[in-house]
Amino acid sequence: MKRAVALGLAGALALTSLAGCQGGADSGDTIKIGLNYELSGDVGQYGQSCVQGIELAFEEINAAGGVLGKQIEAIKVDNTSKNDEAMNVATRLATKDNVSVILGPATSGAVKATTAIATANGVPVITCSATADDITVQNGNLNPYTYRICYNDTFQGTMMGNFATKDLGVTKAVILTDTSNDYSAGLGNAFKESFESQGGTIVAEETYSMKDTDFNPILTKLKDLEFDAIYLTGYYEAVALIIKQAREMGIDQPFLGADGYDAPKLPEIAGDALNNVFFTNHYSSGDTSPEVQAFIESFRAKYGEDPDGFNALGYDMAKFVADAITRAGSADREKINQALADTVDFEAVTGKFSMDENHNPVKATVIIEYKDGQQTFRTKLAAE
Amino acid sequence: MSFEEFLQQLINGVSIGSIYALAALGYTMVYGIIKLINFAHGDILMVGAYVGYACIVVLHMPFLLAMVVAVAVCGLLGVAIEKVAYRPLRHAPRITVLITAIGVSFLLEYVMMALVGAESKAYPDGSFGNGQLSVAGLSINTQQLYVVAVTIIMMIALQYIIKRTKIGKAMRAVSSDADAAQLMGISVDKTISFTFLLGSALAAVAGVMMGAMYTINPLMGMQPGLKAFIAAVFGGIGSIPGAMLGGILLGLIETLVTAVGFSAYKDLAAFVILILVLLIRPCGILGKNVREKV
Repeated sequence: MKRAVALGLAGALALTSLAGCQGGADSGDTIKIGLNYELSGDVGQYGQSCVQGIELAFEEINAAGGVLGKQIEAIKVDNTSKNDEAMNVATRLATKDNVSVILGPATSGAVKATTAIATANGVPVITCSATADDITVQNGNLNPYTYRICYNDTFQGTMMGNFATKDLGVTKAVILTDTSNDYSAGLGNAFKESFESQGGTIVAEETYSMKDTDFNPILTKLKDLEFDAIYLTGYYEAVALIIKQAREMGIDQPFLGADGYDAPKLPEIAGDALNNVFFTNHYSSGDTSPEVQAFIESFRAKYGEDPDGFNALGYDMAKFVADAITRAGSADREKINQALADTVDFEAVTGKFSMDENHNPVKATVIIEYKDGQQTFRTKLAAE
Repeated sequence: MSFEEFLQQLINGVSIGSIYALAALGYTMVYGIIKLINFAHGDILMVGAYVGYACIVVLHMPFLLAMVVAVAVCGLLGVAIEKVAYRPLRHAPRITVLITAIGVSFLLEYVMMALVGAESKAYPDGSFGNGQLSVAGLSINTQQLYVVAVTIIMMIALQYIIKRTKIGKAMRAVSSDADAAQLMGISVDKTISFTFLLGSALAAVAGVMMGAMYTINPLMGMQPGLKAFIAAVFGGIGSIPGAMLGGILLGLIETLVTAVGFSAYKDLAAFVILILVLLIRPCGILGKNVREKV
């Protein structure tokens, strides 16, 4: 049935894009912001987490009188974790709903599918969680309407390389990446470069596919190698299964990873005894600064649980957009785009940042450790 | 690769292959009897995994009992699907029934998604045992042993039913000529219902074991469903020993390709081998070359 709806939607889209109206986002008594998110499907949890943060921020902003005297109206559409669907949703939001800004998608592949639409329609697209390097800059050219408020994969992989050699004393590592996504491969390359430049040796590089569920063949191969840690990148579901199967097989070395590890489902799937797992993240609820604690309080009040990194990033992104619209003094797409690019020292829960010339924020990273299935704050590494 | 590692990989391959084989049996039996590729088969496996999950998590049943309940529910579901969706189309063109099967597949997936949400869930830790067994320098995951053991038991039971019982004889009769079977006083409808019951029950067994070892979500049936279909074609669709052989071989090929260092090309290799086999033996390894009567 969902297919039929999607098909109908695609048909309607084809018609509306023919009609092609643009830029009239200033009309009406609300400011429309589109949410293009993975609410179901393989990475549904990332999208849902971002949206929770966004909705909390919009609620606070609207309660405080909105932006430029207008209320923010969020138009939320599910892209079902599919890249082609993310593209359809972006087109719909840009042309039919006529939004001022589009927030999302959450993952790199899906954002890449929407950058062309952002450029063609002149609508700013901001992501709070897509970390692939080539989202904002493709083949040396800046995507003029695409922004992110999280750091990119090169930075993330490099930081983990530093942490592994300096804090954990790792000298021999294995890299295990997902063949089916850019995010995972990008991290693997960055880690390798950073780790090797500091004298480390990569013992083996293996790949897996996210669609699989049985990883015993790959793990059997790795088991008898000599290494100190595994850099395993990917999304939470596959990562959790791999760690679970590795521990059952008796592979006790630390697993190192990136922000994809930040999901409550990961310890749930991997089992209670999730230990010796480290990952780079955007934020930790163990951070004691007052801004972070205030955010945690209001998040708990609304949702009854502790926020994860994606919640915090979604919240920051929504506040960031509101700030940019205020600075632009208008809901016009072009003016907002200029304000986004000009951001300096925006105070966010996930750390103060400025936009660099490549539309990437300059900010710090946090290392989190899973101890008995619980996330604990390990250390904070500043941008170089 | 050391000899120990090779043996270890063989065990991995046979265990993955066993799951494919269990699911492939359902495809091949249904095809054998009504010439339908039942694309909803993988989703019945998914329903089985969810029923097992509900029994263990909500009703606190022991694992084996949960599996029995899942088998019963899926068996009935299979019969119901055949009655509602396929039986009225018994004499329609084959493509119509095929499209209906795809429709049933989507229906099961999205009804489940509407009921329980799209998120993955995991069976409680240790519900299917997760110890390690050390035998002659090999450490074997007990889950893998159980999977292989359960599959062997199921296959022996299936062979017994088909070769030694009256209903099995009826199945073979309907499969070779439905009209003649009817003239001999065999109830074709009942026999087909029974075939769906049997196939769906096996899918439920595979589903509960997969759920306990990995994770469950409403779309989890797609991948094993596809692999099982390939295994069935590989072994010779319509042939029951063929489905078993096809499943185990597919699991072994995937595992060994990974083992020699081509994990990225695992599926590619499996499909290339499949195509080669089909070029040499168009009916699959154990398939019979039956001419269509014109």
